[in-house]
This record gives sequence, structure tokens and C-alpha cells, in this order.
Amino acid sequence: MAIKGIKEGKYTLREFLAVNGARVLEDKKSVFVGTGLPIIATTLAQRTHAPNLLMVFEAGGIGPQLPELAISVGESRTFHRAVAATSMHDVMSLSQAGYIDFGFLGAAQMDMHGNINTTVIGDHDLPQVRLPGSGGANDVASFSQRLVIIIADQSKRSFVKKLDFLTTPGYLDGPGARERAGLPRGTGPYRVITQLGIYGFDQKTKRLKLISLHPGISLEEVKQNSSFEILISNSIGTSPEPTQEDLIILRQEIDPAGIVLGK
Amino acid sequence: MDVLQEGIGELIGWHDPDDAREWVLKNKSRELKDKTMSVREAVSSFVHDGDFIASGGFGHTRVSMAIVYEIIRQKKRNLIMAGKTAVHDLDVLVSSACVNRVEVAYSFGHELRGLSPGSRRMVQTGQCKVVAETSNAGYQWRWLAGMMGLPFIPGRDLLGTDTLKYSSCKVIEDPYSHKPIALIPAAYPDVAFIHVHRCDIYGNAQINSNLVEDFELSRCARRLIITTEKIVDNEIIRREPWRTCIPFLVVDAVVKTPYGSHPCEMPGMYYYDEDHIAEWLNLSKTQEGVDEYLQKYVFSVDRFEDYLKLCGGIKRMRYLKRREFFQEPMTAPWRKEG
Repeated sequence: MAIKGIKEGKYTLREFLAVNGARVLEDKKSVFVGTGLPIIATTLAQRTHAPNLLMVFEAGGIGPQLPELAISVGESRTFHRAVAATSMHDVMSLSQAGYIDFGFLGAAQMDMHGNINTTVIGDHDLPQVRLPGSGGANDVASFSQRLVIIIADQSKRSFVKKLDFLTTPGYLDGPGARERAGLPRGTGPYRVITQLGIYGFDQKTKRLKLISLHPGISLEEVKQNSSFEILISNSIGTSPEPTQEDLIILRQEIDPAGIVLGK
Repeated sequence: MDVLQEGIGELIGWHDPDDAREWVLKNKSRELKDKTMSVREAVSSFVHDGDFIASGGFGHTRVSMAIVYEIIRQKKRNLIMAGKTAVHDLDVLVSSACVNRVEVAYSFGHELRGLSPGSRRMVQTGQCKVVAETSNAGYQWRWLAGMMGLPFIPGRDLLGTDTLKYSSCKVIEDPYSHKPIALIPAAYPDVAFIHVHRCDIYGNAQINSNLVEDFELSRCARRLIITTEKIVDNEIIRREPWRTCIPFLVVDAVVKTPYGSHPCEMPGMYYYDEDHIAEWLNLSKTQEGVDEYLQKYVFSVDRFEDYLKLCGGIKRMRYLKRREFFQEPMTAPWRKEG
């Protein structure tokens, strides 16, 4: 089963994910963004409900007005009409010191505590698949007050019991683990958005908890597409669908070539 | 003080701070002298087999590709490279068997363009070793500790993860807050190469964009090669000295290389050559393809200018300039359909 509006040809999965990513972000806050959907979702948020959302890039771009989709988080678009083009040391230090409200990352493999693997599939020293590694993800997840993660293909292979490699910290092995490890107090994963639903984390256990189902998706599908048990909120909401305005902004302004969103 | 945890990653490019100072005192000239030379001379003088190397810029932006191609042309071997969001540079250097060890923050990928078939194959077949893992800030702060002449810098990232376990960091209890804290060791690359917008003959360099890690990297590297779009008079530098981000005394070579970042971007000058990057991504799917690319673009030409001609010459460079300023539409020839 797919999301209802996708079956009906109203929008694509990536458009749906971008819109739901955007909705999580708040006006007058700062967000540290990664490549791909996070950039698109953040730009959409700025052009809809959050015009004063501050976008920050790891290579030094602070507060740009993106003229077109940025391919890289270091390129000239990431400081186009920005308030500052500084350095990684500057941006990472600001993050460590508490200036970042939201971190926004994509991921391929996650466990029930929101820990992420982007390093290897298989053995570290002779891997089956070598992935790029942490990049800025470990830093963003360590320092941002609230981390938002997009995983476009939730399945038993991407929602795993044990990661092949714990690249980037979620709640590590549970409540209090981040603070015990020395990570900044009160930080951690906040929302996970997949093709099936939106998740938060249970306050007590710091385990992944379904809070919203996408229209047309069943609870059964959510459970089937995970290797670990997903907690279920008492009151499950329905995720918002893209509005006509969202779709016009996404298709005509943010990614007209369909490079990330597809055509 | 108790060490709570110790990473098992290889400690690359670390020196005792007194040894590091001594090396600088002995080997780095404070003389204001002409350091201009050719790409060939810069690489043969300052890049040696087995060196720990680092490339400036970030991803496909402001990368000293003229030096990268020359390292391949001179068949340097057994290099260790800093994978500090090293993308195209690292992919080409690993695929061409110049680099066989990498400390990874971000490597073997091309960001939005997907994973790197060439360098991934080298890792997955054991021809290139990942000797340590870290994060982007983790790497950046290795340079910071190095430029400050300190043995390490404390950080609150990496903690609790396998990234730390496979890094060269240590964790101790911070004597002030009594919380665990990561100690990120200093790094001093044997040689770094950084591409800039303008520089004088002595090495005073100015960059018209985000500095990324280059403020720190330029100062911790033992040898530093600057490639520059333009050589300017020392008087131009002195008129606005606050724009200088790299002062001459850390620079060993100045190489004039217009379009020297191609196929990568030079902010405010020219954009990515997506067709060229796509050609590399396609060819590097096989070792034969890598050899074909290197034969065509590296070994068959002596000079970077001739490489540029092969890539479409001045007509192509003008297009990339228009692209930088949004006068041409975005293209993504590497994009997978669907």
C-alpha cells in the first residue's frame, strides 16, 4: 500500500516527505541542514510557515537565501545572500555552544533509539558496502537540541535491531545514555519521518514511537517494516498532505529540474 | 588522569608539540621571497611517497585539482589522505592507486550525486584501507589543535559511538565539569594544497568565500602549496590586509592555475562541470574505465591548460561561469531516473 495521494498521482513520495519535514521546523529557530531532502524541506518551511527560520551549513554558510537547489553543503549557493560565510570551526563551535535548535539529516539505517549508521554494511575493515562515513552527521546529532531524521525507505533492512556501525548518536542504549557518554544535556532525536509515518521518542524508554500515520498507510505496515518493535502512541494522528501551495513552491521554485524530488 | 576510553583508529600525522615546533623553527622560512613555481615543481618538491596529504576546500568546491592530477601524473604512491569531506579529489587519488590509506570523516561519496564507484571498489577489495574514522568537526579540530601547537583539543561530539571507537581520540573525565569529554588529537599533514582566488608571489592568499577548514589547515600543514586563480601585486594585499586568510610564512609554493579547481566549483567564478563529473562517475565503475579516464585527462597531457582544452576550453569555462551566476539552467547528468 502506498500513501493515498501518491497512488492518485497528486504528488510524489519525496514531495510528501519534504512537506512533512518542513512542518516539523519552527519559525525563528535555527536549523543545521544536510544534503538532499533536508535542504529542500528547510527551504519550503522558509517559504511557507517559517520565514525567519535560520539555515546553517557545516562549511560556513549562515542564513543564506538559496537561489536554487544546493548540490553540496559547501558550495556557493549555501552562502548566497547569506549573513555570513565563515568556516567549519565557527559553525561547529556555535553548534557545540548551543546556537542550533534543529539538526536535519537523511539516513539509511537506524535502530530503535534513533542511532544511525552511514559508515559500513558488514565488517569495518573489509566491508561489504563502504558508505561515506559520518561527515558532519555525528556533530549535528551530538550538538543540535532536536534532531530530525528522514528515512525514505523504512524496511526490515533499514530499521534494524543492531546497527553494523553506530556512526551517529541517537539515544545510544537508552535513557540517560547520552549524558553518561558526555554529550550535551537535553539533546537527541526528536522526529523520524519515513514513507509510512512520523515517529517521536518515548519519554521514559527513549524508544521509537509512532505518532502519526501517513494517509492510506496501516498500522500493520508500520510494524511489518521494522526489525524491532515500534512503540505506538495512544493517539495516532494523520500526517498532513502537501497543499497546492506547497507543490507549486517545490516544483516551480525549489527543485524545478526534479533533481531530488523527481519528475 | 584516567583515560575512560581509547579509540583503536591509527593516530595519523600527530607529533609531540615540541617536535612540531622544532620542525617549524628549522624548516619554515620567514623570508618574504618569491615562491612561484610550476605545478610539476611544486608536486615534485613537496609531495613524497608515503606522505600524509590534505586537500583544501570542501566536497567539490574550491579544490586544487591541478595538484591532484599532477600527483597522479608523477605516480606518487602509498599516500595517506585526510577524508575531510574529500570527494572528487579523494575519489580520483584512491582510484588511481596514489592514496592507499584514508582517515575518514566523509569519503567515497559525491554528496547528492551518489556514492563513488571507483574509490569504494578500492576499499571493498582491500586495496585502500580506512585507518581511522572521525566526523567533520572531529577532523576540523585536529587541524585546530595542530595550528595552536597543542597536543589535542577537547570536543563534545563523537562520544558514545563507533565513530569514536574507530577514531584516534581518547575520552577522559573533564576535571572542571567532571563529565566525559573527547580529546581530539592534533594533526600535521606532511603537505596540504589549497586553491584560492588571489595570492601574491610570496604566498599571501585571499579567499572570496567560506573558508571551510582552510584557515586552520593552512597553518597546521608542514608544507603548503597554494594554487591561485590570479597572482596579484603585494600592494593589493597590503591595501586590504584584513582579507588575507593565509599569510606568506606558512606557504611553501605559489602556483598560478586559472580554473585550477575544474571540474569542481570556484565560488563567484565558475560552477561544477557536471558533465565531466558524470563522465568520471560513469567511467570509474570499472578499473578499465578509471584507466581510460586517467589516460585521456592526465597522462596524455603535460599541463593543466591542455587538460582544460580537452574539457572544452574557454567556451566551456564561459558556460561554467554563466552557470555560477544562474544564467544557465541546472543540470544533473548523473541523476538516476525514478
